[in-house]
Amino acid sequence: MPDNSEAVTRLAREESAHVLALLAHRFGLDIADDAVQDALVEALNWSSVPDNPAAWLYTVARNRAVDRVRRDASAARRLARAAPDLVLAAERNSGSGAHSGNDEEAPEMIDDAHYSGDEHLRLLLLCCHPALGRDTQVALTLRLVGGLTTAEIAAAFLLPEQTLAQRIVRAKRKIRDAGIPLSIPEDLTSRVDALLTVVYLIFNEGYLSRGSGAGARIDLVEEAIRLTITARELLPGNAEVEGLLSLELYARARHDTRFRGDELILLEQQDRTRWDGELIEQANGLLRGALSRLQPGPFQTQAVIARHHATARTAADTDWPAIASAYSVLLAMTGGSPVVALNRAVAVSMADGPDAGLRLLDEVTGLDNYHLYWAARAELLVRAGDADAAAIAFARARELATNTAEQHHLDRRIAELRG
Amino acid sequence: MQYMILIHSEPMDGPNPGEPGFEDTMAPWMAYNQKLIDGGHYVAADQLQGIETATTIRRAYGAGDTIVDGPFAETKEHLGGFYIVEAKDLDEALALAAEVPIPAGSLEVRPVVPS
Repeated sequence: MPDNSEAVTRLAREESAHVLALLAHRFGLDIADDAVQDALVEALNWSSVPDNPAAWLYTVARNRAVDRVRRDASAARRLARAAPDLVLAAERNSGSGAHSGNDEEAPEMIDDAHYSGDEHLRLLLLCCHPALGRDTQVALTLRLVGGLTTAEIAAAFLLPEQTLAQRIVRAKRKIRDAGIPLSIPEDLTSRVDALLTVVYLIFNEGYLSRGSGAGARIDLVEEAIRLTITARELLPGNAEVEGLLSLELYARARHDTRFRGDELILLEQQDRTRWDGELIEQANGLLRGALSRLQPGPFQTQAVIARHHATARTAADTDWPAIASAYSVLLAMTGGSPVVALNRAVAVSMADGPDAGLRLLDEVTGLDNYHLYWAARAELLVRAGDADAAAIAFARARELATNTAEQHHLDRRIAELRG
Repeated sequence: MQYMILIHSEPMDGPNPGEPGFEDTMAPWMAYNQKLIDGGHYVAADQLQGIETATTIRRAYGAGDTIVDGPFAETKEHLGGFYIVEAKDLDEALALAAEVPIPAGSLEVRPVVPS
């Protein structure tokens, strides 16, 4: 059998969401998802890759969906003959948006370049419906929009595959039984916020995984960037979408310099000549465009901070007063988020000295179990010359850190302090 | 589809029928009911008597029933009433529930299994 797995993976990642979105609109999410999965499995048996894999996927998945509806309809007819009373109830049950049997529409061939995107946006917003929990939104987005397999998502989030599969099954069941609509809400703002939060969570998980096991992870950073690019195509002119994309590109541009072996390299020690200048330029352009729309938001503000870091030629050149004031803006936008307050304290310590930073840190509450709070506090105490207090804070950070690279970094800092 | 809106709120110490202010308290509820009826959403609704009137049958896997005084759990907010509404999907049902005129509390929305 020829090995088509790479082409099929690309098909799943890049085209399955389009096809699923089109079919979900006509057949309901459940049938559409099964049909697309069946077609992808069938694609593994290709003797050669078709000229237009997207059209192939659409046609095959659509035929599978029609087969399924026909099978269900004939089961219903058999049931009707055997027990007419039950059928009435069953018909009422299935009246939730899915199309009924003999739909004789001409198959609309999809053409990747001219795809309208409307159904795709519906699907993206469905995955981020507020009636679904945040973890479920993340899993569904990766599965239905990102085209990742359940196993890949489970590996990326270090969850048992069974747990993740159950989460997705429950979500699909709730979408069906609770009647969550595949429609674009009138008030898009709240849903777009949820969507961006979901993509940002995916990005963050990739940027700094919660645990070790890096080998088993797919690259969530790349996936988040791809999802944000999709969101930008579907929501043109949205300043926060552009802000998030530029933020992701700044981070991506520095990605290769963030680790040496399995140890984390801090920003000020990274080799800036190895940052990806082209990506930084791209991010700069995106951010300029976003800011010119005069619709400020937290992602644009974070991107502004990232731009200050990305465009400083040396660590010493960093414009810390500007970063500190951007954090103040962000703090107000996020309703006083303690993590933002922590970052602001660090920026202030770089601009005005460690004592000013420590005074702000003392006002931050709710981060006692957050390793970065203790790591930041320790660094400020080192700079303020209080080695004993710094050692205690480092030890607390080391206790709480779960990422191997961060643990190694903290071990080295503790050793340096002792030496 | 039919959805049940369960109204969980703190007990309301409002005026009783006939007392001054009663009409004012009821006005937003009457308006809400009328809105449901006019929109074709109304199926059923009722207010429940206070929790002091609740009696609970407790059943534990084959151990037989125990009848006990009170609601099944002591909480600050309790089930005070319900609506059953007809809505085309969850978003419409949530929009209807969001208009239930309670000052504070929570509104649980559950689809009804078609009979």
